[in-house]
Amino acid sequence: MTGLDEVITQVHREEWARVVATLARRLGDLDIAEEMAAEAFATAVERWPADGVPPNPGAWLTTTAHRKAVDRLRREVKREDKHREALMLADTPQPLGAIDDDRLRLVFTCCHPALAMEARIALTLRMVGGLTVPEIARAFLVEEAAMSRRITRAKEKIKAARIPYGVPFRDDLPARVTGVLTVLYLIFNEGYLSSTPGKDPVRGDLTAEAVRLTRLVHALLPADGEVTGLLALMLLTDARRTARVSATGELVSLDEQDRGGWDGTLIAEGHALVRERLAAGEAPGRYQILAAINAVHTDTRDIRDTDWSQIVALYDQLVRLDPSPIVRLNRAIAVAELDGPQVALAEVEGLPLSAYHAFHATRAELLRRMGRSAEAREAYARAIELSGNSGETAYLIRRRDQLAG
Amino acid sequence: MAQYLMSVLTEDPGLATDDEMAAIDVFNDKMRADGHWVFAGGLASPGSATVVDSRDAQPVFTDGPYVETKEFVIGLWIVEAPHLDAALRLAAEGSKACNRRIELRPFL
Repeated sequence: MTGLDEVITQVHREEWARVVATLARRLGDLDIAEEMAAEAFATAVERWPADGVPPNPGAWLTTTAHRKAVDRLRREVKREDKHREALMLADTPQPLGAIDDDRLRLVFTCCHPALAMEARIALTLRMVGGLTVPEIARAFLVEEAAMSRRITRAKEKIKAARIPYGVPFRDDLPARVTGVLTVLYLIFNEGYLSSTPGKDPVRGDLTAEAVRLTRLVHALLPADGEVTGLLALMLLTDARRTARVSATGELVSLDEQDRGGWDGTLIAEGHALVRERLAAGEAPGRYQILAAINAVHTDTRDIRDTDWSQIVALYDQLVRLDPSPIVRLNRAIAVAELDGPQVALAEVEGLPLSAYHAFHATRAELLRRMGRSAEAREAYARAIELSGNSGETAYLIRRRDQLAG
Repeated sequence: MAQYLMSVLTEDPGLATDDEMAAIDVFNDKMRADGHWVFAGGLASPGSATVVDSRDAQPVFTDGPYVETKEFVIGLWIVEAPHLDAALRLAAEGSKACNRRIELRPFL
């Protein structure tokens, strides 16, 4: 890659969302905003090698894209007056809340609860993240044409139903922020434990994208504890990403990971964010609690030094917020370290999770530790059957084959 | 301003209860006061519908709804709102008032 290519890639990463967001507000049309932003970046690729990189690349791109949009509008006005009406929405909503940033409007529009979850994910990656449609299609193993239709349909709904380009009503804000965080966390998790068979078990491109988007939302809503919590959670999880897959592509469990392979910079940043939330003295939400749990996990160089009683206490707090079976399953895994596998197994049995691979994997591990090999073997088989992740399957097969008797 | 259709969905052809009617009246008054109200009305059950087709010269009348579904529209509101977030709030209040699910759909 030449120096200029790198500059353009970096400018794209840093400025894409701002260019799309600014244009969307000025034009009242997400579709044109996206298209013109893409054209402006294409023009940059053509012109910057000869003309040099402008002193303020973001402003150059926005101006170029805006000029292209105006040209196009003029052409379309000549063709058909009705078009103009559709493009220049007279009553584009004014900012409804206190936070005034076009990129935040863009995030809230893309993550609107009236859109299907998969459309929210695709739109956010395209509009805010700047990923191309083929990139998003590859990430979710969907045909390019199907992904393109998904995005087009979402944009059509935004226009027809008048999903506002704005920050939500103040009393809707907490629920809407939660909705944004759900989208970001789903993107991260698809990268961290890909559910798609045949894909790499852990995908740094998606986790990195999720972290980048969450950093942006955190910069826009710095006082929101849950946004901070999710960013910390992602950093503390992503820090272990390389240690989490062996050379042969097998997932490595927490107790077997080479902790020297963890990313100390990310861990330090994550810990600082968790401390910041503790100092705020507000009741934490689920992401802050999950971040705190991961802070404990990443606090020791040796798993034997892990403070399991603190982890169980944090899970107790999480269960009070969200008594779902999956949270109780994860709590039981920590309980096994504190009170032994019998106690944990008693808590796991009966959870309505028979279709969830991690339920069977957890049972298998607990049964193995209790020396109940035959039952463990059955549970491993069920987990292997249900897991769509190649690295996890490889790990489970090895564990099963290591069973005595 | 845009207009939205709020269709009230139900599986039960029974009429609204007195409590539901009272809540609907309160909601309607509030919508009128806030400038959202365009139209509202209840519908007779789908069994009372007649399908009319006069695309070919003579009109043809068919008894019954054009499609039998478990859930059907039993009433509607037409409301005016600046954007979907505002319309969603109205639909949420309306759903609570009439104690039924609502499908919200924009007019073109």
